[in-house]
Amino acid sequence: MLTGNYACAYGAKLARAEVIPVYPITPQTHIMEKLADFVSHGELDAEFISVESEHTALAVAIAAQATGARTFTATSAQGLVYMHENLFVASGVRLPIVMAVVNRALGAPNSIFPDLSDALDQRDTGWIEIFVENAQEAHDMVVQSYRIAEDERVLLPVIISFEGIIISHYMEPVELMDQDLVDKFLPVYAPKHVLLHPDRIMSVGQILMDDSYYMEYRYQQQEAMDNALKVIPQVDEAFGQVFGRRYGGLFEAEMMDDAEMVLLTAGSLASTSRAVVRALRKEGLKLGLIKLRTFRPFPIQELREIFQNVKCVAVLERDVSIGAGGVIYLEVSHCLYGLKKHPRLIDYILGLGGRDITFEDVSQIARDVYQEREKETLGHSIRWYKVRGLK
Amino acid sequence: MSDLAEHVSKEELFHSGHPLCPGCSGGIMMRWITKALGKDTIATIAASCMAIATSVYPSSLAVPCLYIAMAPSPAGIAGVSAALRVMRRKGRFPKDRKVNVMAVAGDGSAGDIGIACLSGAAERNDDGIFFCFDNEAYMNTGIQRSGCTPEMSWTTSTLEGKAERKKDLPRIMAAHDVPYVATACVGFPEDFFKKVVKARDMDPGFKYIHVYSPCPTGWRFPEDKTVEVARLGVETGFWMLYEIDHGFLKLNYDLSKRRPVRDFLQAQGRFSKLSEKHILQYQGIIDERCESMAKEQRCQSLE
Repeated sequence: MLTGNYACAYGAKLARAEVIPVYPITPQTHIMEKLADFVSHGELDAEFISVESEHTALAVAIAAQATGARTFTATSAQGLVYMHENLFVASGVRLPIVMAVVNRALGAPNSIFPDLSDALDQRDTGWIEIFVENAQEAHDMVVQSYRIAEDERVLLPVIISFEGIIISHYMEPVELMDQDLVDKFLPVYAPKHVLLHPDRIMSVGQILMDDSYYMEYRYQQQEAMDNALKVIPQVDEAFGQVFGRRYGGLFEAEMMDDAEMVLLTAGSLASTSRAVVRALRKEGLKLGLIKLRTFRPFPIQELREIFQNVKCVAVLERDVSIGAGGVIYLEVSHCLYGLKKHPRLIDYILGLGGRDITFEDVSQIARDVYQEREKETLGHSIRWYKVRGLK
Repeated sequence: MSDLAEHVSKEELFHSGHPLCPGCSGGIMMRWITKALGKDTIATIAASCMAIATSVYPSSLAVPCLYIAMAPSPAGIAGVSAALRVMRRKGRFPKDRKVNVMAVAGDGSAGDIGIACLSGAAERNDDGIFFCFDNEAYMNTGIQRSGCTPEMSWTTSTLEGKAERKKDLPRIMAAHDVPYVATACVGFPEDFFKKVVKARDMDPGFKYIHVYSPCPTGWRFPEDKTVEVARLGVETGFWMLYEIDHGFLKLNYDLSKRRPVRDFLQAQGRFSKLSEKHILQYQGIIDERCESMAKEQRCQSLE
């Protein structure tokens, strides 16, 4: 039995992270503590650096990774936005750093409970972003993420996100990977592209004057993201062959063959939604589930293919872009554009700040939307669920 | 000087052709630093005038170099040195090959936006040499006041002269009890070179060298007077050369025979609005600062 945080820390240990700069912040701190414990007891040969800020944590990771060491760090909410500037640097110089983001609400008002907006807010930074559902997936995805990030077709940093408290602090059964198998699955980091070494004079993090090659740098990052769309499922399959667990790559689709309506969600809400889909299927409702795993790269084409055959999609999400709608809903919307036959799309903004979303809540939403699926006109397509004081 | 010429490497690791202003003391500084540290060096450069010379292709700096952002160049020292340590342990980097890890930042980066990062690196005693290139304002963005701009100095954001005093960054760093803190000046290359070599050859730990660096563009003096103005800064006591080696303070320039501060102030346009009263007031500030430093050295030798 492990918490999500400990499962994640064990993942970093098995991946043999070599430089770990980190700054404490609730609800991430247990990852930091566990890694400090591994290093001080000689269970992990790494340099653990207790830095004075998250901005520095990522800067140290950038410098260490650029010198040829595999690095890992972890943060949440305010810490993540404090290091925001350096996220662009890590992806811009193509360093395959892996960072755990334990989702937490961004103040004000301050809360240590989850809101996915902290990680979603990093969408334009050039990092691969993967949302996981439980402790086991957090554990496995640390190892998978290094293999994805270090793939020569990709060479981009990765954020693994899971909800604070709900996943980070509650204990679940977790099967730990075998070190020998991990070592075979994930070879030692040996960069060819970027390396600070006295025998190889390289200026890393160029300043470009006028219009020289800035666009080409950005285009290459886009190409790397496009490649990641292929690499992520390949790594998932390779992982499955060794460890017997597969997560579906870009997203997990369940009961989609004849589904008329889909619940699309990310993170721990996927567990609840899966249970609802299975239960309502027994009542004859043709429901399916899409658990979105990679938010960047966003699987536009892959989702379009699925959406052609369904009548309605309800997005359930624990985040919001104030003034626009749910962040995932907005991304899903543009997958629909140009489809000859496209489903209705309804957004449920719910569970912000860790407000509990139960099996009954999701069942009710599923039933409501299922009834609406054939209607010509719909009510509001963006719905705030269970906001106190609303008439 | 002849002594230095015999000892210093003939190899140039900071090449000409860079886009620094004519008369920039940063170019002189980079040349002395790289000559003292040699090829086996990895550098991190903060956003600054020096980043333009080291991170624009083709770069003038002939050692590997990382540019992260404005604040976190001290984090570069932490990251590079930690990576080298772990890779040495794991046999991926030769155990007996010494690499000098260094960072360069301007006074605005080191003393203002990046002071938390610098303080963190010093407190952790990260292994490397940090150079603060102090030209007493944000010069790369066009001469705006920084915490290290001296009192009464004109900048484009202190048109009537800065009201506050200069932040004493080397003393702040000394308060971290790091193995080595030194001040240097491009007008005194022998002293500067010796200090870099000393820092280089010390045991692993954080070394801080604060390089006083006159800027013809920002201080408003002719570009062929850089060394002259730099020397005047030290000779008048406006800038003191000293080192604090494992807590032991040593002044490297005799303050008792200093010239009037007027000679330094009047050599530059940034102090051109100072009245006679201001100059006398300034002399008082400098006298107080120099006497306090000399007293500190005397007290220490009595202990």
